[in-house]
Amino acid sequence: MQATRRHTALVRITHWITVISFLTLLVTGVEIVISHPRFYWGETGNSGTTPLFKIPIPSSRDTVPTGYNYIWPDQNGWSRYLHFEAAWVLVITGLVYVIAGLLNRHFRENILPAPADRKWGAFREVFSKYLRRAPPDPAEKYAYNVVQRTSYLVVIFVLFPLVIWTGLALSPAFDSAIPAAVNLLGGRQSARTLHFFVSGFLFFFLIVHVAMIVLAGFWSRMRAMITGRAVPSERI
Amino acid sequence: MSNISRRKLITTGIAATAGIAGLATAHHLARRYNLIPPDNEGFFGPGETLTYAAQRILTRHTLAREFPRSMISEKPFGNETDPPSDAFKRHQATGFSDWNLWVEGMVAHPTSFSLSDLKSLPTHSQVTEVVCEEGWSYVAEWIGTPLVNVLDIVGVLPQARYIVYFSIEPPWWESIDMADATHPQTFLTMGMNDGNLPVQFGGPLRLRLPRQLGYKSVKYINHITVTDSLKRFGKGLGSASPETGYAWYAGI
Repeated sequence: MQATRRHTALVRITHWITVISFLTLLVTGVEIVISHPRFYWGETGNSGTTPLFKIPIPSSRDTVPTGYNYIWPDQNGWSRYLHFEAAWVLVITGLVYVIAGLLNRHFRENILPAPADRKWGAFREVFSKYLRRAPPDPAEKYAYNVVQRTSYLVVIFVLFPLVIWTGLALSPAFDSAIPAAVNLLGGRQSARTLHFFVSGFLFFFLIVHVAMIVLAGFWSRMRAMITGRAVPSERI
Repeated sequence: MSNISRRKLITTGIAATAGIAGLATAHHLARRYNLIPPDNEGFFGPGETLTYAAQRILTRHTLAREFPRSMISEKPFGNETDPPSDAFKRHQATGFSDWNLWVEGMVAHPTSFSLSDLKSLPTHSQVTEVVCEEGWSYVAEWIGTPLVNVLDIVGVLPQARYIVYFSIEPPWWESIDMADATHPQTFLTMGMNDGNLPVQFGGPLRLRLPRQLGYKSVKYINHITVTDSLKRFGKGLGSASPETGYAWYAGI
C-alpha cells in the first residue's frame, strides 16, 4: 500500500492554527454579542434607537431591553482580549499561507479550478453526484473537485478578507487612520452588522466543510490533513 | 544523512535563528519607542502589545472622524453609573461652583483649576461618536478645552510618559500615553450639544478621547497626575480597567 503526499506541511500547520484561532474568535465573538444582542444599520445605534433586528436572548447588561428578566455574567473583558489576540494569530497565519501559496503555486495547482472545469456544467455534475449520494470519485482523494475549489477560493479570498475588514472598521483608532474603512461600509453600526453576517457565513462554511469530511470518510481526510498522506487502499 | 534533510536542517536552523533575532530586535525597538502597554504580561500580553504597538504607529497623529451637526443623535444613550457618592451630591447641590481639577506630578507648576478657569481657556467643539465596547454608539457635539492646553500651563516635564486621571467616584481612574494626552481631540469636556454637560454624560467635567472606546472617557474628573511610570498606581496595570479584566488600551 503506497501512501501518497496529499497536503504540504505548510498547508497542514496553517490549517490547524486557523481552526484553533477561528473557533476562539467564534466563541469570544458570541460572548461579545451577548453584551448587546441588537443590530443596527448606519452610523449609530443604541438601546434607545430602533434596531434592524434583535437576537432573542438575554444580555449581559441590564441597560439592554431584551424582555428577559435575566442578566448573564459579564464576560467581555477576557473575551475581548482573546478575540483580538486570536485575530492577530489568524491574520499572521493567513498572510503566511496566502504568500506561500502564491509563491509555490499551491493556489494555481490545488485551489483554482482547472480551465476545463470553469463552466456551469462542471458544477452541475458535482452537485448531481452529491444529491445522488454517489461515492466520491477516487481522484478526489488526491485533488479537490470544482465545487470544493470554488468554496475554498471564496472563503480564502472573499470571506476572510471581509471579516478582517469589517472587524478593523470597528476600531475607532483604526478608523481615525483610514476613515474609508468604515465609511465605505455605510457607518459603524453597518460594519458591526456586516461583521456578524460574514462571521455567520464562515460558520456556515465550517458546518458544511465538517459534514462533507464526515461523508467522505472522516479518518481518511483527517489523516491527510494531519500526516499529509493519503492511502489509496483505504476507504475513500 | 541525505543531502535533502541536511539542507532542510540548515534552512530550518537559519529560519529559527532569524526568527528569534527578529523577535529580540522587535522587543528592543518596542521598548525604546514606548510601544509596550502596561498590561503586557500574562496570556493576553502578546496580542495586547501587538494591538497597541500597531495602532500607536498607525494612529499617532490621526484624527477621529467628525460628523456634520445633522448627524447628532436625537437620543444619546447615557450609560448607567453607580448612584452618586455624598461628595458628588454636595458638589451637585452647589451647582458644581467649587469643582476643582488638581493637576500635579511631573509638572513644573502643580495647579488647581476651577471650572471657570477651564472655561476661560480656548474652547473648541467636536461632533464625534461615543463608541461602547458593548457595541452601541451615538454621535454628539462635545465642547471643552483640549487637555494639551492645561498640560502647557502646568509645564509637563520632558520625562513624562503618561497622564493618569481620576474620577471623584472611586475606583474610577484611567491613564493614557502622551500621544493621546496631547492629541487635539482629547478634551476636558464641559459642554454637550450646546448646553452644559449633563451629569448623566459625565458633567461637570469629563475627559473624552474619541479615538478610544467609551470606558476610557472617565466621567467626573477632579484629579490628574503626570508620571513616567504606571507601576505605582493601583496594581500597576495602568488603570482600573485591567484590574477588572478589560484592556488598558481601548483603541479597538
